Amino acid sequence: MTNIQVIAEQLAEILKKQSADYIEAHIEENYTTNISYRGKQLESVGKSTSIGGNVRALIKGGWGFVSFNDLDNLKQKVTLAVRQARFVGKEKSQLIKRAPIVKTIKPRIKEDPQKISLTDKKQLMDEYNEAIWSTKGIQTSVIGYGDSHKKSLFVNSEGSFISQERADVTLRVAAVAAKDGQVQQAGISAGSRDDFGAIRHLHKEVSELAQRSVDILSAPVIKGGEYTVVLDPILAGVFVHEAFGHLSESDFVYENEQLREIMTLGKTFGGPILNVVDSAATPGLRGSFKYDDEGIPATKTYLIKEGKLVGRLHSRETAAKMGEKPTGNARAINYRHPPIVRMTNTYIEPGNCTFNEMIADIKEGVYAKNWYGGTTSMEMFTFSSGETYMIRNGKVAETVRPIVLTGNVFKTLMNIDAIGDDLDMNQGGGCGKGGQSPLPVSNGSPHIRIRHCLVGGK
Amino acid sequence: MEKILARARKVAEEAEVYMATINETPVQFETNRLKHVQSKQSKVVSLRIIKKGKIGYATTTRLDDYTTLINDAVATAEFGQKAEFHFPAYRRFPKVEIYDPEVESISLKQMTELGQEMIDAVTNYSSEVICEAGVNKITCEISILNSRGGKAKFNETVFGLGVEGQLIRGTDMLFVGDHTSSCHPVLDSKEIIRTVINHLKMAKRQATVTTKSMPVIFTPEGVASALILPLMSAFNGKTVLEGASPIGKKLGQQVFDNKLTIHDDPTIPYRPGSRPCDDECVPCQRIKLIDKGVVSHFVYDLQTAARAKTKSTGNGHRGIAGGLPAPSINAFVMEGGTTSFNEMVRNTREGLIIEQLMGAGQGNTLGGDFSGNVVLGFKIEKGDIVGRVKDTMVSGNIYHLLNQITAIGSDCKWVGGALCTPSLYFPSVSVASR
Repeated sequence: MTNIQVIAEQLAEILKKQSADYIEAHIEENYTTNISYRGKQLESVGKSTSIGGNVRALIKGGWGFVSFNDLDNLKQKVTLAVRQARFVGKEKSQLIKRAPIVKTIKPRIKEDPQKISLTDKKQLMDEYNEAIWSTKGIQTSVIGYGDSHKKSLFVNSEGSFISQERADVTLRVAAVAAKDGQVQQAGISAGSRDDFGAIRHLHKEVSELAQRSVDILSAPVIKGGEYTVVLDPILAGVFVHEAFGHLSESDFVYENEQLREIMTLGKTFGGPILNVVDSAATPGLRGSFKYDDEGIPATKTYLIKEGKLVGRLHSRETAAKMGEKPTGNARAINYRHPPIVRMTNTYIEPGNCTFNEMIADIKEGVYAKNWYGGTTSMEMFTFSSGETYMIRNGKVAETVRPIVLTGNVFKTLMNIDAIGDDLDMNQGGGCGKGGQSPLPVSNGSPHIRIRHCLVGGK
Repeated sequence: MEKILARARKVAEEAEVYMATINETPVQFETNRLKHVQSKQSKVVSLRIIKKGKIGYATTTRLDDYTTLINDAVATAEFGQKAEFHFPAYRRFPKVEIYDPEVESISLKQMTELGQEMIDAVTNYSSEVICEAGVNKITCEISILNSRGGKAKFNETVFGLGVEGQLIRGTDMLFVGDHTSSCHPVLDSKEIIRTVINHLKMAKRQATVTTKSMPVIFTPEGVASALILPLMSAFNGKTVLEGASPIGKKLGQQVFDNKLTIHDDPTIPYRPGSRPCDDECVPCQRIKLIDKGVVSHFVYDLQTAARAKTKSTGNGHRGIAGGLPAPSINAFVMEGGTTSFNEMVRNTREGLIIEQLMGAGQGNTLGGDFSGNVVLGFKIEKGDIVGRVKDTMVSGNIYHLLNQITAIGSDCKWVGGALCTPSLYFPSVSVASR
């Protein structure tokens, strides 16, 4: 059977003999298990193994990229990537150079999902499904469990040779309730990069979400318009990821004068209470790692400090072109794709406002919790809640149907006027960009309050 | 494949091997110039077995290790769903043209010229616009073999091209773009260029909207971004079987406006959504989903069909992740009407045109509710398009909307590989704006 260590060593030799401004290669192997339920029945159990690699070359500012899972004729693959880069390149390559790093990073795994038997995994899912079905009014349920273990090797023309391993486990549970032709759903998602235990004790949460899906059925639809909105840590985390995080990915900005103007460091983006961080260097979260997919060490990067833009996320190329320090944010979802600038663990730092203080002076507002999803077009964003209540006269009041919130990023960040003291990270998310989805990330925040937020409704 | 099948048969009652070989060459432009040329090769083998009456499933890209593949399939079969079907013995399929050898012969140089031509045309119209463009050619070979004698093998080519332009003034951002694909090479980018420039023209001025209900025209892209996903899910046999489809019990009933007719049609020549058989070796066919507003058929794979006591419609899909087959629409084709887009606009006193709605797929899609931000949309006043609208949300329920359609456009267009739709004109849709 193919040993990827041997393949990587062969590639490292081949790279030495090429003439290009920069070349790198990735080889990885991955094992996954998936279990899904729809309704009372187990829907599928599957296992997969994969092996594959890629070569990426830079010549005169042009990139060539070759991906493959047939591991023969490595030399041809390297020369094809070089030939493509030469075809594209017409200017001067700009890239951060680094001294070679030769390291093997062993994963720190608390409870390895790979070591839990299929029997035990299925048992847990059965329990969650029973928790849903013991609720009255449930029409169907959807459970998706997945785990993976990936070993990836990175070599480049600078002489780096980095071996990294990671585990990942995710769980999504949703309950669907129906009555009189109306259908509503509620769900939760959870995950971890090193601990099966993170998804083990969710029975209470699952029972609650089942009940919630039933309750939402009889809840009214909110009247569309502007509201003062309080977001829980999960939804606020999605908000900071979607609304601001994507803007700080430098590949959108680095060659675009107009966007660079908008994203000038030092500009005010929010009130002095607002601090936003992206940090792959914080260990144990789903977006954590030691080295990114260009072999650059992970960092903790402040994006907004006291309301002012102070940093952004970089690859080797964007950092060089913008004359800034690399941040180690080049990531690829797998060997089929080249690394691009991505977020890792993105969060709003906690402030000192309690939840009760935050809602105390709201006459009519919205308390939005949990999430269905979110997306952005840079200037504008939308994200949707999974659980929503009206706030009336300083108190959380009646349940309403899930809402979609939307707004202009720049105005909305300015409109954040209270930040809670209760930071919580959501580990259940996956991020999509440039056809690469879902990339393991986490995002988080304390409770936050936003004035003048546009809510869709009747 | 024969070897894997032979080995799998020794450990299971039935077995099926599926193999997809894909070669892709994307050429990408960033900031108005060529930036990447890529070449992606992949080969995935999936093994599905029925052992002691239960389904086992495994996939691999390790072409040197089929032992793990077989062991994994056996391990999962212990827990798998009870198989309610047998693999089909089909070996003959309807002829569906989806392969054009010309695609492979298109050179990098030609692809690059196509990309540059689109960018030049857009930037010539407005030098402030910054463009990304992509030109892609794909060849795939799909083979399926099962232990009951079923056997299918076909090749497909896909050629796609598209351009997206962004125009930024201060913090005001405008994104316009268009994309097309075919199993033939697409060497003419005029239509794409025309669409993009037209949108740039219409967005030159900004218009204001007040919060209220008003007539709304969804263009083909608008229909795709707001209305289609929940509808596809409602016609999915699995959603129906679970009782989660709002139309599951309404077969034969008038649920939609009688102007509405929709087929699932994977037989149209040279469309990327077309194919002779599905991912389970069942022949594909044209299926009427909505007949003049009446719910006519749902779509099924083998297992779901057996559980629902009906037949597979040839809609088994493995998805991009290569999981177990599940029912999915092949190609959603809405019949066009007689009203031109310009007529719709002319007949509107005050209303909106929705070209792209963002976030519509996030809410309670099962129930048909949608709510999204108008990323690209235009205001109509007294029969004229007066400018772009922003900071605006449009919400509704697709079942309410599709039950009362003012007009269906004559402007059918393919949006992506598997959806063909005209513009739709609704009399009253909820619009919220600041």
